[in-house]
Amino acid sequence: MSTQTTPTPSDTSVAAPEPRGRKGRLPGWAPAATFLAAAVVCLLFEAFTDFNLALAVVYTVVLGTIAVYLLSRSVEGPRQAVDRLVTCLVGSAFAIAMVPLVALVWTVVGRGVTRLDGEFFGSSLVGIVGEGGGAYHAIMGTLIITLLTTLISVPIGLLTAIYLVEYGRGRLKRSITFFVDVMTGIPSIVAGLFAFALFALFFGPGIRLGIMGAVALSVLMIPVVVRSAEEVLKLVPNELREASYALGVPKWRTIVKVVIPTSIAGLGTGVTLAIARVVGETAPLLITLGITNGTNLNPFDSRMATLPVYAFYQLTQPGVPPQFAIDRAWTAALLLIILVMGLNVVARLISRFFAPKTGR
Amino acid sequence: MTATRIPSEPGAAKPVRRPGDRIFAGSAKASGILILVILAGVAAFLVAEALPALTAPAEDVPGGEGLTRYIGPLVFGTLLSAVIALVVATPLAVAIALFITHYAPRRLAQGLGYVVDLLAAIPSIVYGFWGIAWLAPKLVPFYQWLEDDLGFIPLFAGPTSSTGRTMLTAGLVLAIMILPIISALSREVFTQVPALHKEAALALGATRWEMIKIAVLPYGKSGIIGGAMLGLGRALGETMAVALVLSVSGGITFNLITSGNPSTVAANIALEFPESSGLDVNTLIASGLALFLITLAVNMLARWIVNRRADFSGAN
Repeated sequence: MSTQTTPTPSDTSVAAPEPRGRKGRLPGWAPAATFLAAAVVCLLFEAFTDFNLALAVVYTVVLGTIAVYLLSRSVEGPRQAVDRLVTCLVGSAFAIAMVPLVALVWTVVGRGVTRLDGEFFGSSLVGIVGEGGGAYHAIMGTLIITLLTTLISVPIGLLTAIYLVEYGRGRLKRSITFFVDVMTGIPSIVAGLFAFALFALFFGPGIRLGIMGAVALSVLMIPVVVRSAEEVLKLVPNELREASYALGVPKWRTIVKVVIPTSIAGLGTGVTLAIARVVGETAPLLITLGITNGTNLNPFDSRMATLPVYAFYQLTQPGVPPQFAIDRAWTAALLLIILVMGLNVVARLISRFFAPKTGR
Repeated sequence: MTATRIPSEPGAAKPVRRPGDRIFAGSAKASGILILVILAGVAAFLVAEALPALTAPAEDVPGGEGLTRYIGPLVFGTLLSAVIALVVATPLAVAIALFITHYAPRRLAQGLGYVVDLLAAIPSIVYGFWGIAWLAPKLVPFYQWLEDDLGFIPLFAGPTSSTGRTMLTAGLVLAIMILPIISALSREVFTQVPALHKEAALALGATRWEMIKIAVLPYGKSGIIGGAMLGLGRALGETMAVALVLSVSGGITFNLITSGNPSTVAANIALEFPESSGLDVNTLIASGLALFLITLAVNMLARWIVNRRADFSGAN
């Protein structure tokens, strides 16, 4: 609600030359007071009917917004009133967007912590019916697949970005830029189908391998790496390159020794965010890896379990009694969120601590 | 001496071509071309694996009525859910972008931007979990109200699903997922609006909203449209959230709040693929090919719109 209290600084310059006098100004505390009154009214109303906090909040926002509008219209005139109305709407829109984020984190943490124990990290699902069991095999699978994906995607993505920034010219550059953009929009399931189709042509239709999943995820990760690396490389000042050329350094050594070290923080951030993007992908792995209960650490041999697919199957095919598997599913989901948010934080830290020192 | 002749013009600097340079430039170029090859390969392999289903007699395809009758409802479900998501998310995302760029206190703005971006970081399967466990049950009373009071509109004819796992719920979850995409792009454009335009509007006595209406929104229009198209592309291809949230049965219907919904292409593939074999697999890949072509068209259009704006602002 604090958003509504912010006074509009631009208004002060407007109020002075208003030709038709009479129009006053609402004092700065007026909107807040109006919303407070609206809240009191709604809480009282809800208290007398069956109490529902969510509805009370919704009513308060609606009633408060209307009240502020009418009040402002009567005191300040229609234009100021519309301005205040929009301020209220824009503030509420932001609040609405925060509801799912908070509710999601709250739900997943609340349901996930029940099984966040040593056994979950230490054991697989071999021979588990009902209680106990863990996701050791799925966690290891996710780590291996993500590592493989990174190993495939980062060199290709980085080299492409270098080509686009340092070498590329003309049509090839333009078409690569365009299709990298288009590639960012490939649905993840289509990437999975591609990997499946590719390997099915050579190994027959029943094939499920860890490396297939890595290929599918690479299709999703490469464009992300290219885009972020390209943005970062463009930021390297041309003077640095020219200084290096002036000393007689070949172009490739300039790139390796000057351009990349200068932009290493940004590259690290970009790669970390790209990993965060693919680590939670489920659909392509569902198609290419399948699921298994045992631990398989070899990505070139048969099915592997991964955390997202594990969570999916534990929730949708829990077996009897279902509650234990559903608990495991939520813990896996919580682990995924922790992983992704952790990677996001790491990315921000990289850009903060490894950024080149500019100015003093 | 050579140094003076190599000022960042690779074409002009002919004299010394070291092997290191050639290898490096070659591998960089090769990776760029590899990306084009991959994209072509995606299309080629999908076509190759979809071919048996495209040429199969109608009664062999799942459902027994031919490929178009099988894919038709799926494409309809995909489009319907994506359109719901777009209609809900676009105004909200623009409002959020405005809030962050023009209303929030300057010092908080960047932090609030991160928070909205966090919505994009959450894996889609977690959205599916949340949609089933939290959102869908909470929406049931709301759907009941829609059916009782607005049931005369065909969209809300009911009967209301008791689990809340309806097309509208799926659309809302998708809306939340594409919200950060649209708002990120809108935000970027809104911050680029020339300060002179805004100051001119304010100097003429405009209120903040009038300033936004006459200076910010017209400038940012193509960014909003491009962002919405990118969001649409994401919503069309979104798989796991829909696969979990949507309760599937029945064919084409515009009734948004019942439990009998058409599936979406992506969700159908995810749910059916692990248990399929033979021609069923080819059929699913054919539906995936359709999805690929739809999203490709939407994304190319979106990029074209966004890049056109980039050309404009570059000229300024």
